[in-house]
Amino acid sequence: MNQIVDRSRDIGEFVPQPDDDMLVCRCEEVTKGEIRKAVHDGMWTITEIRRYLRTGMGLCQGQTCARLVKGIVARELGISPAQLEPATARSPMRPIEMKVLGKEEVSDTWQ
Amino acid sequence: MAVKNKADVIIVGAGIIGCAVAYYLTKKGKSVIVLEASDNIGNGGSSRNGGGVRQSGRDPRELPLAMYGIEKLWPGLSDELGVDCEYHKEGNLRLGKTEKHLEILQGLTERAKACGLDVRMIDAKEVKQINPHLSDEVIGASWCPTDGHANPMVTTLAFYRKARMQGARFITGEPVKRLRKVKGRLREVLTESGDVYEGDFVLVAAGYASRKILGTVGVDVPMHVELMECLVTEAEPPMFNQMLGTAEADFYGHQSDHGSFVFGGSSGLELNNKDEGAKNSPGNAAITAPCICRGIMKYFPELADAKIVRTWAGYIDICQDGVPVLGFVDDIPGLVVACAFSGHGFGIAPAVGEQLAMLITEGKTSVDISGLRYGRFQAKI
Repeated sequence: MNQIVDRSRDIGEFVPQPDDDMLVCRCEEVTKGEIRKAVHDGMWTITEIRRYLRTGMGLCQGQTCARLVKGIVARELGISPAQLEPATARSPMRPIEMKVLGKEEVSDTWQ
Repeated sequence: MAVKNKADVIIVGAGIIGCAVAYYLTKKGKSVIVLEASDNIGNGGSSRNGGGVRQSGRDPRELPLAMYGIEKLWPGLSDELGVDCEYHKEGNLRLGKTEKHLEILQGLTERAKACGLDVRMIDAKEVKQINPHLSDEVIGASWCPTDGHANPMVTTLAFYRKARMQGARFITGEPVKRLRKVKGRLREVLTESGDVYEGDFVLVAAGYASRKILGTVGVDVPMHVELMECLVTEAEPPMFNQMLGTAEADFYGHQSDHGSFVFGGSSGLELNNKDEGAKNSPGNAAITAPCICRGIMKYFPELADAKIVRTWAGYIDICQDGVPVLGFVDDIPGLVVACAFSGHGFGIAPAVGEQLAMLITEGKTSVDISGLRYGRFQAKI
């Protein structure tokens, strides 16, 4: 998006909430409170949150929690979720065994 | 010229080097502004590397920095920064499968020994004792017990977090257009948006982008970029904690605390392939991850069933002579350079950060970095 963002902007203090222990990223077991705290630690983009907490880095690669995480981060920053870039999608689309991914397609008739 | 912002030091680039220097400078009470072109902190090589914290295989000119960091800084880093950087000092195995490989490893080992590093050649039996998961194809290795690995993404963000807590001002999405001297001293940094930042010192630590930025004051670091790619497996039960490499450089990597394996490698066609990648995020070539998989399975047959969940790519800023460019530049007072890390930046980042902060505040370093100065490049005749 390349918007100028001063990371020293005051976003207020971290205020505990009753549902902070709710699991948001189920694959990596990251809670809402951990995500909100990370924002106060300076992690202001979805990419930084992923790298810092591992949200969306597990088996489902964020296909379940990406929207939830985005909403939580946006609310904490006081901005619209639309202002947050999604994290880069990474291949493969589904987890795939090394022996399968590493196998080049070779036709028998060529051997 | 819209805004005028002043600090003791302006840092161009919020990678691990920029973040580490910002941390050590603010710890000494200096005011710092860090300018980052992309939207994300640590978006270049800092988040796109294999996590090695190594001394073995390093050039004698950068080895003092690597050894100093491992002895003095890495062991206490997690406590100091208040974030678990997942540092493991459990050795580096560089593996060989052929006599030719062992010759390469022998050469690297002799050179490192001459610099006082504890590294030695070991036979197949000893390799198996250290790592029983390796295949019988491995006939020997070089072994450096004080090498290791850490989590590059978390370490970078940990430096950023602490520097920010200490008052460093980070501005993302603010690409730098050029540098400007005032009365013979480098003082100003001008951005694409028209902002002007002013400091007593300017550190340029922007990876390959440093080249264009430094070019605006007539400094040309001879470097190029090479694509590297990594793959990440799902979490596996803990198998080993060594950092791994091979004589042939087929792959390198480690198992993270989380359980996933992170293995980097290449197809060998990177120099001439067509894919230049997306903006801020270089793309993977379809042939590379399968190639890395084949490399890994020859060394670790039992990983054949491990599932790949993610692949990614990054650029390495490779210097003409394979070691970084660090320190002051003759004839341009006020300028400090830290770039062209040639794929070795992560492991030495804490040492580079601490030493450059010292250079800026005291005019000298305690570790010898003279072999890494910009002035070393000369035409061949």
